[in-house]
Amino acid sequence: MYDVAIIGAGVVGGMIARKLSAYQLKICILEKEHDVAMGATKANSAIVHAGFDAKEGSLKAKLNVQGSVMMEQVAKELGVKYKNNGSLVIGFDDADRQTLAELYTRGKSNGVKDLQLLGAEEVHKLEPALSSKVVCALYAPTGAIICPYELTVAAIGNAMDNGAELKCDFEVTDIQKTDEGYQLVSGKETVSARYVINCAGLYTDRIASMIGDDSFSVHPRRGEYLLMDRECGTLVSHTVFRTPSKMGKGILVSPTVDGNLLLGPTSVDMEDKEDKETTAEGFAHIIREANENVDGIPMGKTITSFCGLRAVGSTGDFIITAPETGFIHVAGIESPGLSASPAISEYVADMLKEQGLSLKENPDYNPNRKSAYAFREASLEEKNRMIKENPAYGRVVCRCETVTEGEILDAIRTNPKAKDLDGVKRRTRAQMGRCQGGFCGPYITELLAKEMGIPYEGVTKFGGESMINVGVTKEGK
Amino acid sequence: MTDLVIIGGGPAGMSAAVAAYEAGIRDILILERDSALGGILQQCIHNGFGLHRFGEELTGPEYAWKYEKKVRELEIPFKLDTMVLDITPDKVITATNSEDGIFQIQAKAIILAMGCRERAKGALNIAGSRPAGIYSAGTAQKYVNMKGYMPGKNVVILGSGDIGLIMARRMTLEGAKVHAVCELMPYSGGLARNIEQCLNDFDIPLKLSHTVVKIHGKERVSGVTIAQVDAGRKPIAGTEEFIPCDTLLLSVGLIPENELSKSAEVELSPITSGAVVDQDRQTSVPGIFACGNVLHVHDLVDFVSQEAEIAGASAAAYIRGEQGEAVSIPLETDGIIRYTVPQILTAKKDVTVYFRVADVYKNVKIKVLDGGREVLTKKRQKVAPGEMESITLKQEQLEGVKRLRLELEVL
Ligand SMILES: Cc1cc2nc3c(=O)[nH]c(=O)nc-3n(C[C@H](O)[C@H](O)[C@H](O)COP(=O)(O)OP(=O)(O)OC[C@H]3O[C@@H](n4cnc5c(N)ncnc54)[C@H](O)[C@@H]3O)c2cc1C
Ligand SMILES: Cc1cc2nc3c(=O)[nH]c(=O)nc-3n(C[C@H](O)[C@H](O)[C@H](O)COP(=O)(O)OP(=O)(O)OC[C@H]3O[C@@H](n4cnc5c(N)ncnc54)[C@H](O)[C@@H]3O)c2cc1C
Repeated sequence: MYDVAIIGAGVVGGMIARKLSAYQLKICILEKEHDVAMGATKANSAIVHAGFDAKEGSLKAKLNVQGSVMMEQVAKELGVKYKNNGSLVIGFDDADRQTLAELYTRGKSNGVKDLQLLGAEEVHKLEPALSSKVVCALYAPTGAIICPYELTVAAIGNAMDNGAELKCDFEVTDIQKTDEGYQLVSGKETVSARYVINCAGLYTDRIASMIGDDSFSVHPRRGEYLLMDRECGTLVSHTVFRTPSKMGKGILVSPTVDGNLLLGPTSVDMEDKEDKETTAEGFAHIIREANENVDGIPMGKTITSFCGLRAVGSTGDFIITAPETGFIHVAGIESPGLSASPAISEYVADMLKEQGLSLKENPDYNPNRKSAYAFREASLEEKNRMIKENPAYGRVVCRCETVTEGEILDAIRTNPKAKDLDGVKRRTRAQMGRCQGGFCGPYITELLAKEMGIPYEGVTKFGGESMINVGVTKEGK
Repeated sequence: MTDLVIIGGGPAGMSAAVAAYEAGIRDILILERDSALGGILQQCIHNGFGLHRFGEELTGPEYAWKYEKKVRELEIPFKLDTMVLDITPDKVITATNSEDGIFQIQAKAIILAMGCRERAKGALNIAGSRPAGIYSAGTAQKYVNMKGYMPGKNVVILGSGDIGLIMARRMTLEGAKVHAVCELMPYSGGLARNIEQCLNDFDIPLKLSHTVVKIHGKERVSGVTIAQVDAGRKPIAGTEEFIPCDTLLLSVGLIPENELSKSAEVELSPITSGAVVDQDRQTSVPGIFACGNVLHVHDLVDFVSQEAEIAGASAAAYIRGEQGEAVSIPLETDGIIRYTVPQILTAKKDVTVYFRVADVYKNVKIKVLDGGREVLTKKRQKVAPGEMESITLKQEQLEGVKRLRLELEVL
């Protein structure tokens, strides 16, 4: 019997698990996929929004601004990259100028610090690569960037190091109420918990209906991206948004914390919650608008494309509610959910307390986690010491991103352990460079097979039927 | 201080090392990130190497061994499992391996021989899902030839580069079904002999002016939609065809691996993506030379060795401080001829200029011009982007020449 079961190992479930692991609680995270951070958390804009977007008085606005203030400290404790690069919302004409003034006022009343309205000269000085058609901007110095899956892996790893458990490949398909709490069913397996937190992203409505709650629904809205080679990562230093219009927020251009350049997202309402396909129209849209924003984006340097699905709730705001004592929904967490996640975790902890869960401090709690980039960021002397101790740090496996065997083994051995090629990729960046695993894929496959004690052809890209190899050659036999 | 450091122990690096040794240099070090010498040839177990050089058809490993043997006989030092991380313009090399840790070497001369890598899917922006089962042809070759595993059973290949053609045959021989090779262009980028021996002999259809417009499948590829493209390479609506398959192999081009050249501030050509070099294969940074696929993509390893020998011998001359009278004759092209190597002549001596054309042309005249004057001409029946061409200029022909221009005229 767990004290708390968290459904969904995205950034929201992950941050909540970490928060709760600071208390003397038996916690279990249940995730239907083979790894953590496989939902919206792995495919989004990776922006820690300053908080001028959300409507005054909304939960979104409140938790965004709080979360954005907390994020830097959280990132430091978890050893994940965070960069306070500042955001610019650019305008092309007088109508935009007016909208930006409204955003400025809204931001101020939401409590966003240091907002500034800029004229043409100032904004071009700040960001020289902007298109010459840009005439004004809203500048939010508190805007930042982070890597959402790195944050989530670290948060869940930290929660696990503090005692939480993680069950992957556990899709909750039924929930039964018992005297002590709930039974969560996945196939033949059952997990019992006194409290349940529903952080199932797009499927939070389905989970809700399992306890007879149909008070809200969630639908997917597609967002496609193009990711450019690190060569292009310094083209802009700020996150460049367009002025929002009736057509939505438009395509942004932003550096990532890993030094790539990110273009996107599109915004298309969908029905199928599993359709994460990219489209030719989407690519065309991204390329057109990104080129309007910034000059000289070398589109030939695209290294990958991807698509995320926003979990759009039926109320227009975050839905963080308790339909009954013992059950909490954290639903409709679309953007700025990543930014808000640290604040969401505190909000939920407070709700649990109100519901009578006793939150006694865990005396062994350690908020810090060793950075997955400890080797990469070490000094030369330190690196050489580490190589001497563990020669695997001297063997470079991923040549494009310079990732060593030692770092890959760390990812396979550290909570939450990488179990497939994509898992290694998200934890170490190996296979994320310009050759996209062409060179190192076969070698990482070998490391995974050896470490997990499974046959070479048993290694997958991301669990399930995503086999890398489907058999052996004639000679292999 | 080391006289000559060679980055990369593929055919280019090994040939260069041997040539430098034969020119009298003894203090040589080859740095190779792989656990064996031989470069990409290690995984090319098919025949077809060395026809020009040795007059016999060798496999990749056999060809590589000829050079590795020499390197070993001459006791030229090399370090394996050693990745070069950085080169500075004043020739300080930073490298890492598990024995020495991260270390630095000051070199008198450097030869860049890092080879090339395959272009990945990202650059193509194919719509659809991103399941397992999409590999570059070279990666598939590694799984099959080096590891003994089959990355798929029902295959579509996008791109008709040589590696793709060779893998079409290899996968077929291993019992897989290759449904089609789609090529965006109206001609193949691969060698004519590979189309004959790898596709036609196995009845594998080559679909020219076709591309993959969508990838299907959630966890593993379940099929691809292909379509014909128009002259502007845009898919033509209504020509879509769904092919069920579990694997998509990409053979869509090779890119010289020049990250280190950039850190050394070597000037790169936007066309070849390799260094701009002179007849000695010396780059814009004195004492840094380049050869093999890192300089420009070769289809035949024989020419790689040839080029590497020039680089090796020239590096030796540089180390000994031998420098001729300096001239500067740029070699320009008309765009129909896409590029030349070398791109500049800095000495007046016999020189073979290698080049590639932008499209397929029949019955052509290649002209080397000095202003309006024809220095040299050469007729060819057919030229194609997939086959490297060359033309040799004699020292006498360079007398009084200020700049040269290569043009192609269709007769
Ligand atoms: C295109 C796009 C751009 C965005 N940009 C930003 C941005 O720049 N800044 C920002 O702050 N926010 C942004 N967001 C929002 C942010 O990504 C989300 O708010 C956040 O990732 C939500 O996290 P989550 O944990 O709620 O959901 P998810 O990451 O989707 O996690 C839900 C998890 O629940 C699992 N699950 C579902 N059903 C079950 C079940 N039955 N049993 C077990 N597990 C289950 C899923 O597999 C998944 O792992 C963006 C979102 C999108 C899509
Ligand atoms: C798959 C394939 C099939 C081919 N088929 C044929 C054929 O049938 N017939 C034919 O004649 N030719 C063929 N070729 C062409 C020919 O074999 C190649 O052009 C030739 O191998 C290139 O030699 P190279 O030394 O320049 O590059 P490579 O063989 O690629 O060697 C480069 C070496 O440099 C090393 N290196 C790179 N960066 C670093 C670094 N930072 N630190 C240390 N070491 C580094 C690499 O590990 C590699 O070993 C083929 C080429 C390929 C790619």
